Amino acid sequence: MGGSSPCASCKLLRRRCAKDCIFAPYFPSDDPHKFAIVHKVFGASNVSKMLQELPVHQRPDAVSSLVYEANARVRDPVYGCVGAISYLQNQVSQLQMQLAVAQAEILGIQMQQEPAMPTQIEQDDKSFPLATNYNLDNISQSLNFASSSNVIQDPALKRESLWT
Amino acid sequence: MNSGRCAACRYLRRRCAPDCIFSPYFPSNNPQRFVSVHRIYGASNVGKLLQQLPTHLRAEAADSLYFEAQCRVEDPIYGCVGLVFLLQQQIHDAESQLAKTLAEVAVLKSHAKHPQAQQFEAESDFNNLLQKQLDNVANLSFSNQATSGFM
Repeated sequence: MGGSSPCASCKLLRRRCAKDCIFAPYFPSDDPHKFAIVHKVFGASNVSKMLQELPVHQRPDAVSSLVYEANARVRDPVYGCVGAISYLQNQVSQLQMQLAVAQAEILGIQMQQEPAMPTQIEQDDKSFPLATNYNLDNISQSLNFASSSNVIQDPALKRESLWT
Repeated sequence: MNSGRCAACRYLRRRCAPDCIFSPYFPSNNPQRFVSVHRIYGASNVGKLLQQLPTHLRAEAADSLYFEAQCRVEDPIYGCVGLVFLLQQQIHDAESQLAKTLAEVAVLKSHAKHPQAQQFEAESDFNNLLQKQLDNVANLSFSNQATSGFM
């Protein structure tokens, strides 16, 4: 197997693709665009450092997320992924408002029908708290620079899985 | 004039020119901001990116780069994409909950209009209306659109 082709990274960087090339498992030669975009935004050296700091089994997801971020940044050089986050947060807020209105309507109807009846709104449903592990309150404040006119209105933000 | 250098030029140990691309956005009183961004993107890439933008957009770009860099430092695997995941899941859950609640509203309203409706119709009504509401919610602007290519 002496003639295996270099990975996309080594092709772009015009270097020999070693057997233990850190990029090779994640940037196959048949998808040159994937590495090109990550290299453009982060730089090969930074990507290599980031991957080296991770255990091998976590590297595929890291690469996928880097590709996602790089694509977002190329599409929107001002806001990158942050534009997407702002957009999604807006959607969550709107849905929460709509839900609150609908729940209030249920209460109203029930009170009209049977004022003494206990509420039947399902409290066991998770009322989806905003993401806590990223401390969204702080994020919201720091995200107020992403005005709606500049936010990515991107269909890819829908609940498609980011990577298969 | 060492005290006049921006955080970037201090870190890079170079002279901070009057037209330094970094200095408006990486002031010397916040060295960590540049360190984060440099660690993830590299000064050269950040400089190139800012250069390509009109001046009035560079501050926002620097802020978003810093935010993403921080997310990546805190979560080296997913960075800020983890947050995107989380929000997408929240939207999905919220849509389902909203559809269910709207279906409940519709059933309650219909029974309020026709109180003599049989009890066993209630579940069928609810299921039909739930399906309708799920379809409606799914047709909202951020639903049911083809994936375009972030990946």
